[in-house]
Amino acid sequence: MGEMGDVTMHVWRGDAGGGDFSDYTLPTQEGEVVLDVIHRIQATQAGDLACRWNCKAGKCGSCSAEINGKPRLMCMTRMDQLPEGPVTVAPMRAFPIIRDLVTDVSFNFEMAKQVPAFAPPPRPEGGYRMAQIDIERGQEFRKCIECFLCQDVCHVIRDHEENKAHYAGPRFFIRFAELEMHPLDTNDRRELVRQKAGLGMCNITKCCTEVCPEHIKITDNAIIPMKERVVDAAYDPVAWLGRKILRRQKASPSEAAAHGG
Amino acid sequence: MAEYQWHDYDVIIIGAGGAGLRAAIEAKGRGLRTALICKSLLGKAHTVMAEGGVAAAMGNVHSDDNWQVHFRDTMRGGKMLNNWRMAQLHAQEAPDRVHELEAWGALFDRTEDGRILQRDFGGHRFARLAHVGDRTGLELIRTLQQRAVSMDIDVFMECKILRLLTDAEGLVSGAVGYWRPSGEMVAFSAKAVVLATGGAGKSWKYTSNSWECTGDGHAMALWAGADLIDMECVQFHPTGMVWPLSVRGLLVTEGVRGDGGVLRNSEGRRFMFDYVADMFRAETADTEEEADRWYEDHSAGRRPPELLPRDEVARAINTEVKSDRGSAHGGVLLDIASRRSAEYIRRRLPSMYHQFMELAGVDITSEAMEVGPTCHYFMGGVRVDADTGAATVPGLFVAGEVAGGMHGANRLGGNSLSDLLVFGRRAGMGASDYASGRPGAPVPDRGEIDDAITEALAPFDRTDGENPYQLHEELQDTMQSLVGIIRTGEELERALEQLDVLRDRASNVAIGGGRSYNPGWNLATDLPAMLTVSRLVTLGARDRKESRGGHTREDFPSPDPEFAKVNLVQRQPSGGGVGGDIKIGPEPILEMPPELKSLFEENH
Repeated sequence: MGEMGDVTMHVWRGDAGGGDFSDYTLPTQEGEVVLDVIHRIQATQAGDLACRWNCKAGKCGSCSAEINGKPRLMCMTRMDQLPEGPVTVAPMRAFPIIRDLVTDVSFNFEMAKQVPAFAPPPRPEGGYRMAQIDIERGQEFRKCIECFLCQDVCHVIRDHEENKAHYAGPRFFIRFAELEMHPLDTNDRRELVRQKAGLGMCNITKCCTEVCPEHIKITDNAIIPMKERVVDAAYDPVAWLGRKILRRQKASPSEAAAHGG
Repeated sequence: MAEYQWHDYDVIIIGAGGAGLRAAIEAKGRGLRTALICKSLLGKAHTVMAEGGVAAAMGNVHSDDNWQVHFRDTMRGGKMLNNWRMAQLHAQEAPDRVHELEAWGALFDRTEDGRILQRDFGGHRFARLAHVGDRTGLELIRTLQQRAVSMDIDVFMECKILRLLTDAEGLVSGAVGYWRPSGEMVAFSAKAVVLATGGAGKSWKYTSNSWECTGDGHAMALWAGADLIDMECVQFHPTGMVWPLSVRGLLVTEGVRGDGGVLRNSEGRRFMFDYVADMFRAETADTEEEADRWYEDHSAGRRPPELLPRDEVARAINTEVKSDRGSAHGGVLLDIASRRSAEYIRRRLPSMYHQFMELAGVDITSEAMEVGPTCHYFMGGVRVDADTGAATVPGLFVAGEVAGGMHGANRLGGNSLSDLLVFGRRAGMGASDYASGRPGAPVPDRGEIDDAITEALAPFDRTDGENPYQLHEELQDTMQSLVGIIRTGEELERALEQLDVLRDRASNVAIGGGRSYNPGWNLATDLPAMLTVSRLVTLGARDRKESRGGHTREDFPSPDPEFAKVNLVQRQPSGGGVGGDIKIGPEPILEMPPELKSLFEENH
């Protein structure tokens, strides 16, 4: 991108009652991300332009938006990596508008309340032992910054408001998977995942994986294994129990030592 | 009379980072009617950005570690200005708090025998930081958030608190604020209030802090009559990004150095060997060879000077840059690429790898990072009772960065996350006990509510006035250039004059648009706190005529034994309110008991 050119930002303005795109033209600056330009619009042209942000480092997941039609974090999208020409910034479509780029994401916080908590056995003398290899999958899912871009892009709810009542969405499928694969957890959430959380409605198009700014392999590592477990549980509870016990043994010190670091 | 919603609780907690969440879990667990109030969505607070780890003397990597060693490291890092009782409780209780997180679902990295792995960090004698790669803060906040949700704690998200409320006897009895999405006003009555609002770095131009760190809690406590201590002690983290300009100040974790990264100037020299203060000479390596041996085996050499406490490293970088030995964009070079394999770097420091790759186009597995000091943390804060978190006004409890004392004049890396857990819990206990013993329903002063609301809405009535963004930028320029990492008496006086002007101009802010999710208005309501806290820092810096920890005076470059004995206490006499007169003066620090004092004599 040129050193001193201008850029035009095409930003959606409005509220629950409706709205439209407004154009703002301002000089480009080296190294900026989309959020920087939005902040300069606020400071110089539209003090009331609403957007969420916190860390500006891709760690908090607040500044989710649709940039040139693609769900992304505004703080991690560099201006000089977008095609030349006007840049379109719109709010996430799957959630109700509050104002401008800010949407009502309370659906996700309601879903979070329905996840049965982590339930470990009592802490043994000397503390819990878990092998690194047994927690790495869980750690992958816990990288989630709750930007809700996966929820935004998921077509089961993106254009079907009616599905939200019985579909938890990719963010919560990785949460369920994380708990299900936790070496210490004792809760069984598979019936819940199958029925209330609507895992079966996902038809693994991998859109969620593509937009994840943390590069979590949501479909391959969480949703597909969960679908398999849920099916197993529905047909063969003994096999599930066996696997659960086996996993518990794997976390013992001797097994941990065998696995090495 | 203003219109507002009304909510009634036993305990309200303002701020939902690590300290606020932990306090809420404690209060709710003790059966109190508890509300957690935060300016952002739940789980987005600044705690999420903590990277390196949580310090706790569990001894999983070095069995010689124990709470006494951790206590000693913390006090020495803080240049002995710490509240010793806080440092003691912190060192004793941090391991329990880490184990508790694990029982609530946190997945820390593991040792080969399956225990919680601990990493090296600056100022800590042993590898002590429990961590998850370089995203430990995210793990901590998510674990606490999920625990809080499972306990069905009432959470008021995107709710900005403007002012604490008192009753006729002066007891803190609630708070007033507004919902950011709707702009509607809301008041809370509470038998006890916990402040857990974090820091105030957003008054500086180059900072690692998010927009929320505007010092709301520091200012509200002052306005309510509480004492604050040592506000001049601000930590400039040695390694923030310096380029591109749009991310200048963004944190680069100390874990890079803990995992083998070294600092070099433009001449390629590992300059930290030139900056080892006498206090740390006995335990710091003399040569690069010795320092490198230490990384392999801690008994084969002494510590590399890159792992000195943060104030030492930040000043050294500042000096190198000022001596024209800096990097292309005014920092120094942090090099791990030439010292560790690409696979190791990506595994140990995944977010640093992505941060530099995506924001600066720098591959840290093959190139050095450009880094320089960035405003990071407030050691000073509201004066508290160590055991309960009680402030000096009844009904108010304080935990986390907004509290003062724990870290003295300089905080060690990793001691913040443990601070949040230890003192979040203790403030939750203190507030619960107080609320349980407080008779009758609290009756906050309605006049205070009306005043706060009138003041907050005034910018909408002005058609012609100051732009809040412009004022904020000028405040940041003032604090960055005059109250930065190295200070002088003359510059501090100029800063106070400029703060006077900015305060007057801030009373004439005008806002366009409506009340619903209006960031210009939100910023306007943050400005009074930012201006107040900036003044507290500047006053403290002017009066502490010595250099100690995070506070460095060019005109008083050495520590002064007389100042070692005092906290600089600031308060507004009762009835001061917003914009009242601030009184500042020295008061003796707490006397350490002999059995703890002996820990320092034996070892050095």
